[in-house]
Amino acid sequence: MRFKFLSVLAAVALLAACETAPESSGNAQSSGASSSTSSNSGSATSAVQIQAGSQEDLVVNVGDRVFFEFDSSELSAEARTSLEKQAAWMKKFGGVRVVMEGHCDERGTREYNLALGERRANAAKDYLVALGINPARIKTISYGKERPAALGHNETAWAQNRRAVTVVDSTGS
Amino acid sequence: MFVPSMMRNAIPVLLAVLMMAGVARAELRVDITQGKAEPLPIAVTDFFGAGAEEGRIGRDMAGVIAADLQRSGLFKPIDKRAFIQSDTALNTLPRFGDWRIINAQALVQGRTELVPDGRLRVEFRLWDVFAEQQMVGLAYFTVPDNWRRVAHIIADAIYKRITGEDGYFDTRIVYIAESGPERRRVKRLAIMDQDGANHRFLTDGAELVLTPRFSPTLQEITYLSYRGNSPRVYIFNIDTGRQELLGDFPGMTFAPRFSPDGQKVIMSMSQNGATNIHEMDLRTRQSRQLTRTGAIDTSPSYAPDGSQIVFNSDRGGTQQLYVMDRDGRDVHRISFGKGRYATPVWSPRGDLIAFTKISRGTFYIGVMRPDGTGERLLAEDYLVEAPTWSPNGRVLMFFRQSKRGEEVTEPRLYSIDLTGYNEREIITPVGASDPAWSPLIP
Repeated sequence: MRFKFLSVLAAVALLAACETAPESSGNAQSSGASSSTSSNSGSATSAVQIQAGSQEDLVVNVGDRVFFEFDSSELSAEARTSLEKQAAWMKKFGGVRVVMEGHCDERGTREYNLALGERRANAAKDYLVALGINPARIKTISYGKERPAALGHNETAWAQNRRAVTVVDSTGS
Repeated sequence: MFVPSMMRNAIPVLLAVLMMAGVARAELRVDITQGKAEPLPIAVTDFFGAGAEEGRIGRDMAGVIAADLQRSGLFKPIDKRAFIQSDTALNTLPRFGDWRIINAQALVQGRTELVPDGRLRVEFRLWDVFAEQQMVGLAYFTVPDNWRRVAHIIADAIYKRITGEDGYFDTRIVYIAESGPERRRVKRLAIMDQDGANHRFLTDGAELVLTPRFSPTLQEITYLSYRGNSPRVYIFNIDTGRQELLGDFPGMTFAPRFSPDGQKVIMSMSQNGATNIHEMDLRTRQSRQLTRTGAIDTSPSYAPDGSQIVFNSDRGGTQQLYVMDRDGRDVHRISFGKGRYATPVWSPRGDLIAFTKISRGTFYIGVMRPDGTGERLLAEDYLVEAPTWSPNGRVLMFFRQSKRGEEVTEPRLYSIDLTGYNEREIITPVGASDPAWSPLIP
C-alpha cells in the first residue's frame, strides 16, 4: 500500500513539474543561455535542446494557456487564436495526449470555482475538438483556485490565474 | 481489547445522576439569544483527588471546563487565586458566603478517583451560589486517558443547565491543514477537539484534499481528494484510516455532504462543463441526479429534517441560493440581496441558513431564514468562507484571510456567535481552511 502511495506521489510530482514549466521556462531559457556557454560553448542557442512535441515545445513555440474574464468561461478572440495554434501543433504531433487544466482566481468560493474551472477546461477542449482534434486525446481537470500561476492579490495576478492550461500528458494513459 | 485510535468511541462513559436538585425557584439562567449579555461569573474549582495522579487529572479537568465555558463567551471563570474556600472536597456543602464575596454566581466542584478496576470515576456538582442550591450533579466512569472528553461532557452539562440549550464542547473539528508555497500548496485532512486539543493529521499531503464534512452518525468524513489526479468524493473512516472512493461517476465529483440520517451523500458532478447535484444512497450505492441544467449547481446542504436541499446555482446569471425539495422538485431562489451568494449550510436547528457572500470585492459570512428573509452579515474580510454550524446551531466556524498591504495572511479558523459577538480564533499548528464541526459525539 505504501508503494502504491509512492507511485501516485511520483505521478503527481511529474505532472507538477510539467505544470510549473511555463513559469520557470522563461528563467530557464535566459539563465540556460548563459550557463550553456560555459558547458557547451560554441553550440547554437538553448532552444535547439527543446524536444519537439514536448511540453517545453508547446510553451515556448506555441503557447500553453488561454485566459478568461471574471466568472466567465467564454473564449476571447485571443484565446481562440492561441487554441488554433495549439490545435495545429497537436495535429503535427498526433501521438501527443494532453490534460486541459481549468483554473480560477481567488475571488470566488472553493466549490463554485471547481465547477467554473471545469467549465473553462471544457470550453478550451471543445474548441480544440471543433478544430478537428480527437476528443480522446484531451482529458480535462479542474483545480479551481487551488493552483494559482501568479502569486499577487490584485487584478493583474487574478487575470493570469483565470486560465486553461494545456499540459502534455506524460502519464501515458 | 481497545486500541488507542478506537478509544474515543469504544469507551462508554458511564453516567450516574447524583441527587438532582428539586424545582429551583429563582433560576440561575443565561439567555443566549441576547447579543451582548454580561458573561456569568463562575468559579470552577480544581476537582479533588486524594492521590497525586487523581489530583493532577482533577486540576487539568477544571482547566478544560473553565476554558470551554470562557470561550463560549457566556461565562467568566473567576481566577483561582481569588478563591477563599480552598477545601474542594465534595462531602460538605460549600461555604456559599465565601463564594458570594468573590461574586461567583455559580460554583463547580468535582472529585476524581481511580477505582480498583483501573477506571477513573469523576463526579461534579454545579451550585447556584445565591440560591444555595445544587443545579446538577453527575458522576462518570471512564478510562483515565479519556479525562479530557469527560471534562467537555461536564462543560456541556453546565452549559445546558444554565442556558437551557445543548452544549457543543464534546465535539471535534475536521479541517484542511495548509502549508507550503501558494503555487503548490500541501493540503492535509486534520482533526482536533473543538478546543484545539488532540490535534492529528489524517492524510500525509501527497494528494490534494478539500472540503471535509462529518457524518452525523458514524466516525466518517466525506471529502474531495485528487488521488490519482482524478478529483472525486471519498469517505474517510476516522477509526481505521480507510479511504473509499464514493461511486463511479464519469466526471469530477465534489462538494459532498451527508444527509441528516447519515444514509446518503449529496454532491456535485461536473461533466462537459455542466455541474449538477446528485444524491448517493450509501447502502444501495445507487445514485440519482436531482438537478439537470447546463448551469453550475453546487454546495448542496440538507435541511435537518431531510425534506429540502439548499444549494447555490448560477442558473439565473450569477451565483445565488436556491431551495428545492429532496426529490429535486419545486426549485426556488431565496437570495435576492446585492452580490453573489455561495456555500449555503442549513442550521441543525432548521431556522437559518449560513452562507458566504461576495459583494464589491469583499467576502462575508452571513445567515438568512430559509425563505430568504432576515439576512444578517456576521463577519467580513478579504476572504471569509465555508461556514459550519456548532451542533446546537448557536455558533458558526469559518476560515479567514486578511490583506496586509500586498500580502494575504495564512488562512485561519474563527468561531463567532450567531449574535455576531464573541469572535475567536481556533489555534491550529499550520494554516487552516474548510472547517467542519462534528455533531455531539455519540
